[in-house]
Amino acid sequence: MTTAHDGARPDGGERRPDEEPLLRVENLQKYYESDNGFLDRLLGSRQYVKAVDGVSFEIYEGETLGLVGESGCGKSTVGRTLLQLVEPTGGTVYYRGRDITDLPDDELRDLRTEMQIVFQNPQSSLNPRLTINDIIGEALDVHGLAQGTTRDERIKELLERVGLSASHANRYPNEFSGGQLQRIGIARALAVEPDFVVCDEPVSALDVSVQAQILNLLDDLQDDLGLSYLFIAHDLSVVEHVSDRVAVMYLGEMAEIATPQELFTPPQHPYTEALLSAIPEPDPGWEADRIILEGSVPSPISPPSGCKFHTRCPRVIQPDAFELEQTEWRAVLDLVEEIAAGAVSVETAEALVAAGDAPDLPTAVRADHDVPETLSDPEAEAALASAVEAAVSAAPDPPETDVRETFASPCTTDDPTLREIDGGRAACHLFDPAHPDASPAVAPRQVVDGSSGPDGSRAESDD
Amino acid sequence: MAMLEVEDLNVRFYTEDGVVKATNDLSYEIEEGERFGVVGESGAGKSVTSLAVMRLIEEPGVIESGSIRFKGRDLLELDRDEVREIRGNEIAMIFQDAETALNPAYTVGEQIAEAIRLHLSYDDEAARDRTIELLERVGIPDPVERYSDYPHEFSGGMQQRAVVAMALSCDPDLIIADEPTTALDVTIEAQILDLLADVTESSDTAIQLITHDLGVVAEFCDRLMVMYAGHPVEMAPVEDVYYDPQHPYTVGLMSSIPRIGDDRDRLQTIPGRMPDLIELPSGCNFYPRCPYAEEACTRREPALVDVDTGDPADATVHEQQSAACLAHTGELRGELDYTVTVDDGREREGSASVPDGGHDDRTEGSQ
Repeated sequence: MTTAHDGARPDGGERRPDEEPLLRVENLQKYYESDNGFLDRLLGSRQYVKAVDGVSFEIYEGETLGLVGESGCGKSTVGRTLLQLVEPTGGTVYYRGRDITDLPDDELRDLRTEMQIVFQNPQSSLNPRLTINDIIGEALDVHGLAQGTTRDERIKELLERVGLSASHANRYPNEFSGGQLQRIGIARALAVEPDFVVCDEPVSALDVSVQAQILNLLDDLQDDLGLSYLFIAHDLSVVEHVSDRVAVMYLGEMAEIATPQELFTPPQHPYTEALLSAIPEPDPGWEADRIILEGSVPSPISPPSGCKFHTRCPRVIQPDAFELEQTEWRAVLDLVEEIAAGAVSVETAEALVAAGDAPDLPTAVRADHDVPETLSDPEAEAALASAVEAAVSAAPDPPETDVRETFASPCTTDDPTLREIDGGRAACHLFDPAHPDASPAVAPRQVVDGSSGPDGSRAESDD
Repeated sequence: MAMLEVEDLNVRFYTEDGVVKATNDLSYEIEEGERFGVVGESGAGKSVTSLAVMRLIEEPGVIESGSIRFKGRDLLELDRDEVREIRGNEIAMIFQDAETALNPAYTVGEQIAEAIRLHLSYDDEAARDRTIELLERVGIPDPVERYSDYPHEFSGGMQQRAVVAMALSCDPDLIIADEPTTALDVTIEAQILDLLADVTESSDTAIQLITHDLGVVAEFCDRLMVMYAGHPVEMAPVEDVYYDPQHPYTVGLMSSIPRIGDDRDRLQTIPGRMPDLIELPSGCNFYPRCPYAEEACTRREPALVDVDTGDPADATVHEQQSAACLAHTGELRGELDYTVTVDDGREREGSASVPDGGHDDRTEGSQ
């Protein structure tokens, strides 16, 4: 949004290929050890929570990169890891071309004058026992940036810069509203004159009218000071508003990166599509076929194989051998995964039979999983029928024929890489030329057509 | 007679700092099977309103005056036992935070079954069967097994489903849902709203949905009330409020939300913040933040009036659009001039508007 930036890509145009990004993140990883206690440590059975599992992206000078995803997808961890507030498990972060993942402490401290963070909850990120003067002054003191009267002057200037009165300097945090506290948090981050600021859900705790004030303030600051932002939020409409490019994360991985226009225009990653369609539209006449994702985000301790989104993806690819309806296939795959995990509830099936809702256990299991009594594809039917039969049979250990292999598809076996698509980059097998049958052009597109044209105008059904 | 009739409700909290006027002369009605939205920012009095209906206002709060009639009975005149009889049985509540609504020490199934035994006098087995049925109805997979899971074994969305199951357990006629999806991710929010729509439709249950999210209301509700500083400032069917808002605060709220596909560089904001409910400004509570405020607004408190006639609003006429702004009683010299742009590109003008010279919601006007 700075002049230079406007020149570079006014509305998603091409960026000069030789332009060196301000920040380049390569294959960033952050694993946390999930410690289940002494015995686990003794036996060496350690589990890792893969909070961030190999993400790469870049942020250019003056740019805002939005980062969205559901809770637990690792977006906040990315923000903290790239600032080296938490040490990455793997990967590299280059800031102005320099690797900052291995810096000694004193150099890291100097780096903090260039990279800052604004937290979600100003109530808990500002020390309640310090005055605003001391909170902001602390940042100046740590880096030896200003002393005496210059220090006071600088603090007043910063307060006015973020829309507060300089006379507020001697008050304590509890005397301010949430929106004002967030302004103070921003002033503290700006005290060291950073070039890059991570905004970690800066408006999520605020009311909408105040949220708009803070978003406008961040925009003004970017224009005036030439800041670059990583803007982390779960609210896609906020991110779309502030960002030059948007990155969508799912379970520690990058699903899609594109400009807002590209992101909201098909073809899209099925996850982006679902996220978008889930946003309640503030227009009573607006009607869209909403894509409702089943279930919730799987555990990052044992994420699904292949594409991590395949357990919820409405457009999951089916094996070459079968020809099933998409909804049919989705239900079959869910059941298959449950059978393979040994998680089919015989008890539930027995209850259904006892209640007279199903003649036998296999039928009950299928009904319970919304799988049709007979599949449209005879080959798939035969394979599924025997797997269900085995799952409900009383045998203590299920037979070794792996039902997942029979129903394996690229989505369940191969982790997709982030590849260039028609508008941005997406990690999805639908965009892989190696799977021609799965071209996104023929996949059912559930978002209402014309939902967002290039100019953002929408078809609307009311009157 | 509507199912729920709230009339001139005044709730006060007597705190050390002064008297908090949480709701002021609040009147509204909800019909059987109706979905009624209550919208506003924090401190607007939304939650207090619902707690009052549930008779859950606690010290130092008191319901100072007014009446709350449910199916003709004044809830404020019932004794504790009678209130308990109605609470859960006929009016159920869903809170924002499912994790705190569920007792961590009991299994999810047992908690729901307990409510059923208590209110419907079922025996143990019948209560268990009904609970499993409910868990199934709210979309919890393997309800027989999940019955004996503890709340922490459920994900956030599952916990909220369990809370919905509990609310449904006694077939209530009215569910009060206070920010039921605010703590959830959008994908889970969509699931829960879908579920609520589904279960209330099939049993003709009314819902009072409290939220700050205008998107949720647009999608879910038939009618809504916008609250500001404990006052209702606008009440009407959703289409009227969204396409033809009649109170400057409603206009401000609508234009301050970022929307997918809009290309505004800046969001319109409402300057300042909600006043302190202890020291409300004289006259109209909104005037310090209102772009249309005039001298008269600082002196006269606007009444909620029918925007077409300027007559005092009638809470029993549900298709009426009413707003509390002096513009509707001819007491302003200027006009409320704003333009509502619906995304198909057509423009609808505020009915109290002069044709041009206004700031529409795509330019920044109120600063």
